[in-house]
Amino acid sequence: MSAVRATRRRRYLFDRDGVLAPMMLLPSVVYIVALVAVPFFLAIAYSLSDVTVGDPSFDYVGLRNFRAVLKDPVFRRSLTNSIFITAVTMVLVLVLAKILALVLTRDFRGKWGVRFLILLPWTTPVPLAAIAWLWMLDSLFSPIDWTLRRLGLLEGNLHWLGNSKLAVASVITVQVWRIVPLAAVIIMAGLAAIPQDINDAAEVDGAGFWRKLFEITIPLTLPVTAVATLFGAVLVFTDMSVVYVLTRGGPVDATQILPTWAFFRGIQGGDLAQGAAVALFLFPLLLAMAVLILRSVRRMEVL
Amino acid sequence: MEAPSAATWRRRRRLGRVGLYTLVVGFALFAAFPFLWGAITAFKADQDLYNRDNNPFLFNIEPTMQHVRLLFEGTAFNTFVWNTLVVALLVVAITLLASLPAAYSLARLNLRWGGAMAIAIFMVYLIPPSLLFISLSRMVSFLGLQDSRWALVVLYPTITIPVSVWLLMGFFKGIPKDIEEQAMVDGYSRLGAFVRTVLPLSFPGMVAVIVFSATLSASEFIYALAFVSQTSQKTISVGVPTELVRGDVFFWQSLQAATLLVAIPIALIFNAFLKRFIAGFTMGAVKG
Repeated sequence: MSAVRATRRRRYLFDRDGVLAPMMLLPSVVYIVALVAVPFFLAIAYSLSDVTVGDPSFDYVGLRNFRAVLKDPVFRRSLTNSIFITAVTMVLVLVLAKILALVLTRDFRGKWGVRFLILLPWTTPVPLAAIAWLWMLDSLFSPIDWTLRRLGLLEGNLHWLGNSKLAVASVITVQVWRIVPLAAVIIMAGLAAIPQDINDAAEVDGAGFWRKLFEITIPLTLPVTAVATLFGAVLVFTDMSVVYVLTRGGPVDATQILPTWAFFRGIQGGDLAQGAAVALFLFPLLLAMAVLILRSVRRMEVL
Repeated sequence: MEAPSAATWRRRRRLGRVGLYTLVVGFALFAAFPFLWGAITAFKADQDLYNRDNNPFLFNIEPTMQHVRLLFEGTAFNTFVWNTLVVALLVVAITLLASLPAAYSLARLNLRWGGAMAIAIFMVYLIPPSLLFISLSRMVSFLGLQDSRWALVVLYPTITIPVSVWLLMGFFKGIPKDIEEQAMVDGYSRLGAFVRTVLPLSFPGMVAVIVFSATLSASEFIYALAFVSQTSQKTISVGVPTELVRGDVFFWQSLQAATLLVAIPIALIFNAFLKRFIAGFTMGAVKG
């Protein structure tokens, strides 16, 4: 009898939202708090301390690390590189992904195969894709150089990753290459959501391709495009594998970005405190991007 | 203004088709070129590969399987693949176990701070691995997980759970409430109704979560690089770029073979589930 009552009480508890909801939420919350919130605050604490791998004892030093970091020319280079690479990548992604999404919604022969090839850069693990590019940009055996030599446009080699301007351009190219498919796929979903009768009505009214593009397609997919672009921006801004595999930040820190510099300082150099300070500079910019994403999502809901 | 004649229309259409196919071929080439070049490289003999005057797109000397064989027999590639599979499987399991109930709770049950909670989970996105890995390195060694693939099993769900909760929330909101209410009228508890009616209906959402979590486990780089340095514990994303290079010597053919062997199966899976994947993400985004 008591067993019956116990089951009934359990049933009763499981039916109450006030009990069930927190219980179902608990595992995720505990996980995130333990392994995201705790290390986040620990990172802030480290950045205000003198912790190193060799001497892990915690001594508060105030803003000394931030002052040291801000004076460091390599850090400044990393910060401007991070922003510059992300910004240029996103402008290119915006244009190319929009075109690609429009292309992929059309009918053409061999669509499955084309889609497969176009998605490859996005589905391939980034470090492996970067390895494929490293070989494309090889200082001696780059097929791009060979082609240019054949066309008589080049003597010798360009040394893609040895020249600071070309190295930055290479990093941007690889980022654009891997983000465009993702952004295009998200924009395609937005295109599919445009009610067909709007397009039909426009066609009846005699609107051509360009008119429809600029007066219907682009305005209506603006929010989803913004979401795709900003998601891409976060991915590019926080990625370290492309730069690490291609250049390790070189030549002479020309492609150094915040994540790689934090890694070289904090993990390889063992200066956890300064590494944490460098990495924390990612946060305000990410905050701005996330606010923009949430705003765009809200505008998507209005539609 | 005169209406365009039939011939003009036809010409315009043909021009449109030519433009379309030019774009299609251009994009496909840009996307696939590194892989095509890698596929040729993988089978090249050394004397052919390392000659600047040889046409790099052709086999100037008989192709060879030597370097592909080296990848399997002379390197730890098999170990990397095995480690990746183990990590991916466990990460998928942890992600589903944590995110399914959490998403349901946020989507359906009346929580006073539910909305704030959903935003908070999204905000986790703001604190990426590149910001956390330095302080985590101390925590990982404190937990005794340094130099072990278990560190990755424990850490990857911090990336996959928030995305999955967000995604599944959208899915659950798309399922009519009457279905569970009917199940509860039939005598199931709320939890029972969730397990028996909502979960089977959200299968497409779960597929998206599985594909996302598994591929993240195969491609994450920062944690894998910072916390695992022992060859026997490495996953492919760090094992291949760090172990197939000895000093300044790159095993180019084996590296390209490894890239293709990993890239093609993952791309096939993504293509098979692409529609579900898009549906999962857009529902999550639009209705989140």
